[in-house]
Amino acid sequence: MPAADKIDLNRLPNGELLIRLSGRWTLAEGVPAIESVRTECEGVAPPSCVTFDTQAITDWDSALPTFLGGLLDHFARRGIDTDRSGLREGVRRLLDLAAAVPETGIEVEPAGGSWVTRFGLAAIRRGKSAAESIGFLGEIAIALLRLAAGRAQFRASDFTLAVQQCGAEAVGIVTLVSFLVGLILAFIGAIQLQQFGAQIFVADLVGLGMAREMGAMMTAIIMAGRTGASFAAQLGTMTVNEEIDALKTLGISPTEFLVLPRLLALMLMMPLLCLYADVMGIVGGAVVGVGMLDLGLVSYFDETRSALSFADFGAGLIKAVVYGSLVAVSGCLRGMQCGRSASAVGAATTSAVVTSIVLIVIASGIINVIDHILG
Amino acid sequence: MQTGQPLVEIRGLTMAYDDFVIQRDLDFAIDRGEIFIVMGISGCGKTTLLRHLVGLKSPAKGKVLYDAESFWSADPERRQQMMRRFGVMYQNGALWSSMTLAENVSLPLEVYTDLSRSEIREVAFFKLALVGLAGFGDFHPSEVSGGMQKRVGVARAMALDPDILYFDEPSAGLDPISARRLDDLIRELRDSLGITMVIVTHELDSIFAIADRTLFLDPDTRTMLAIGPPAELRDNSPDPKIRQFLNRGRL
Repeated sequence: MPAADKIDLNRLPNGELLIRLSGRWTLAEGVPAIESVRTECEGVAPPSCVTFDTQAITDWDSALPTFLGGLLDHFARRGIDTDRSGLREGVRRLLDLAAAVPETGIEVEPAGGSWVTRFGLAAIRRGKSAAESIGFLGEIAIALLRLAAGRAQFRASDFTLAVQQCGAEAVGIVTLVSFLVGLILAFIGAIQLQQFGAQIFVADLVGLGMAREMGAMMTAIIMAGRTGASFAAQLGTMTVNEEIDALKTLGISPTEFLVLPRLLALMLMMPLLCLYADVMGIVGGAVVGVGMLDLGLVSYFDETRSALSFADFGAGLIKAVVYGSLVAVSGCLRGMQCGRSASAVGAATTSAVVTSIVLIVIASGIINVIDHILG
Repeated sequence: MQTGQPLVEIRGLTMAYDDFVIQRDLDFAIDRGEIFIVMGISGCGKTTLLRHLVGLKSPAKGKVLYDAESFWSADPERRQQMMRRFGVMYQNGALWSSMTLAENVSLPLEVYTDLSRSEIREVAFFKLALVGLAGFGDFHPSEVSGGMQKRVGVARAMALDPDILYFDEPSAGLDPISARRLDDLIRELRDSLGITMVIVTHELDSIFAIADRTLFLDPDTRTMLAIGPPAELRDNSPDPKIRQFLNRGRL
């Protein structure tokens, strides 16, 4: 039924406005806008009083009080008297209930504001977050010093659990990804090198690429998504659940107790996983070399061995340790900075992964430049 | 320790998040061995006050004194020592979820005492028995009910035999019987061990059942309105706000 049929406006001779409502007033039918009534009142002289007749309503739910509430508010603002005696008892009581507690004048800071305000607020937030991050790094440094002095408080079982989570449990995915990365490197190289009849150098390409760069990088990115995110979620949930507060009031440093075992575990496992990824990448390259380029398996590995030195592996392993600490630190930092709600845990996890990956790429650039300068 | 000296004193305390003042000019003292309840409607700053008392948030202004020694101006080392005098039970227990109940209670003992592993285990099981959870030591927090988690929270807070126990909304989310049992436990522990209890709650049943004195925080004027025994405040307080609160809204 269209809205116009449900609302009937009658001007009474004495200047009053009688609003007659009829039909079904349910949310399923929609809530009519109060515009039609409004224009009627504004047309000529405003009515002296508004009365209602709701006898013809067959069925109603919240749609009716919602409509009437808006209407009554409008009349009250315009200073027009209303007579509610024509409303049904139930509707009248609901309207009274809604009006029982007046709107409070608490000033809520508007979320928007001008772009200058928003820019300024964002800058202040960034500044605070940066200061927190630096403070967190300081705490980690102190915790490491206490560890060196043998005074750090954490449970060995937490450390072994973290080693298991970020070591053994990650082997499967590292195997798959590094094998495929080796395969892809070899495939791209093969197409180019075949043109010069230099297929054998695919082995050099894959070996050097994996050992110096890709092994560490791919492992680090897997660990950022896998372990960094899980650190952030674990610590974030502990923050929400006041478990971190409980540690603090016991005088136990959450940095020592929670961050240290995770950081150490990842710094220890990353080089091992990286070495493993290097080997898997080379195996992936060999599959292309032997299968597609008809190189002998022995000659492929001989070529790889002559191309690689321990220094190449060393460069990769140093990167792995650096990336590992970056992933652990950003995961734990975002977890500890977490707000006190479920959505904050989600945001912390996302932020942990993004921070880790950005830092990994930046660190990779810096290390390569330093490596180049040092020769 | 001289008698007559209150255990905890709050002097001119103003609490604020950045520029937003929660409560100002709080001035009261908590006596040895009393059950002291901080009450007020939701959002009045009860829990924030607790965070100031236990060292989780520093005051914007004013002092918190333990045995006349300032808590917040002490150096961090000294503050840690002072913190060892109290235990805290958090709203939902805040048990460390990766540890069993016994390990939760043991951790403070492992860190702060020279007891052997077996001694620690015995003490932990005894504390669990005190809160009515004998035999649950090897369960994980997720395996027991909310009421039990809160009891373990009490056991953990008591691990180091503190002088003061702080409770944040102990009966929130509990059925009436469990809430009543927790109240009884609090009173029993105070009577037998002489522990001073400071409780943040708005549960009227608990307030009348166990409080010696209660403090009313008002969110509108942002300060404390009254302090005293709850029944007396309900019947004789000149302030209608307090009578209304203690009568469930009836004046």
